[in-house]
Amino acid sequence: MAHHVVPQKIYLLVFATLILLTLVTVDVAFYDLGLLNLYIALAIAVTKATIVILYFMHVKYSSRLVWVFVGSGFFWLAVLLVLTLSDFFTRGWSPLPSGWTSMVMP
Amino acid sequence: MSETHSVLAHQFDDLEQQFEASTLGMWAFLITEVLFFGGLFTGYAVYRSQYPLAFAEGSLHLDYRIGAINTAVLICSSLTMALAVRSAQLGRRRSLIGFLLLTMLLGSVFLGIKVFEYSHKYHEHLIPGINFVPPHEFIRYHVDPQQLYVFLSFYFAMTGMHALHMIIGVSVLAVLVVLAWRGRFSSEYYNPVEVAGLYWHFVDIVWIFLFPLLYLISRS
Repeated sequence: MAHHVVPQKIYLLVFATLILLTLVTVDVAFYDLGLLNLYIALAIAVTKATIVILYFMHVKYSSRLVWVFVGSGFFWLAVLLVLTLSDFFTRGWSPLPSGWTSMVMP
Repeated sequence: MSETHSVLAHQFDDLEQQFEASTLGMWAFLITEVLFFGGLFTGYAVYRSQYPLAFAEGSLHLDYRIGAINTAVLICSSLTMALAVRSAQLGRRRSLIGFLLLTMLLGSVFLGIKVFEYSHKYHEHLIPGINFVPPHEFIRYHVDPQQLYVFLSFYFAMTGMHALHMIIGVSVLAVLVVLAWRGRFSSEYYNPVEVAGLYWHFVDIVWIFLFPLLYLISRS
């Protein structure tokens, strides 16, 4: 079988990038940038996840069918997030779940 | 040749097709996992938008240094897992076993640190449903303890579910070590190592999102 064997150097490079991005995400969190803090943290996390998927999970070297599977997974995740949150964020209510109040305040 | 045929299940034309099928099957499973954790993240987003200060206060109750160390440990384990798969591809049995054991060790270190964190939370009386006592003093924001309770519930549900996946991952690797020891893998056939690697990296990705979303809210 002729599977693509990724050179060790690339794995080490990916590893170094992931560690670097972890340090960046910790450092950035200490600056008060308002809502931008959240967006930067998410952007870094998405970047790290993409690198892991492409290299460690070999998707970069995989067949088109694997790409379709992975893409469809994240498409449905987007549907889940966007539809649910666009509903919640455009309503003026979000009731607290009840039933645990007595546990909180003994 | 006879060995090659023994690992080829009869429903497949050749090893290539078998490899493709097992990879696709694993991805199909991982997509259900993406949506499973996606539900947790969606719930997190809804409640964080409702109680931003409680989530910020709750996050300050977590030790970001421990979270960062655990992130590094998991990234290291992903590297050793990737190198284990590479060893399998090249048919290097000894280094395959070595990297699998190293990955298990790093996974166990992660879980050990998690146990330390959880026990610390227990002593602070911050575990929802088990021993939650509203804290006497707040670190920065004076919030409704019930809202703090919601944040901690998300913290334990999400990291607990992630830890469960780690435990399953370490167990799967233990089985692979035994199989590798018995010489069941070769450069021709290493599908179980490949799909276990996919699972391991997926669990790593979940943590990549959990770390900033739980530990790093409003550290400034």
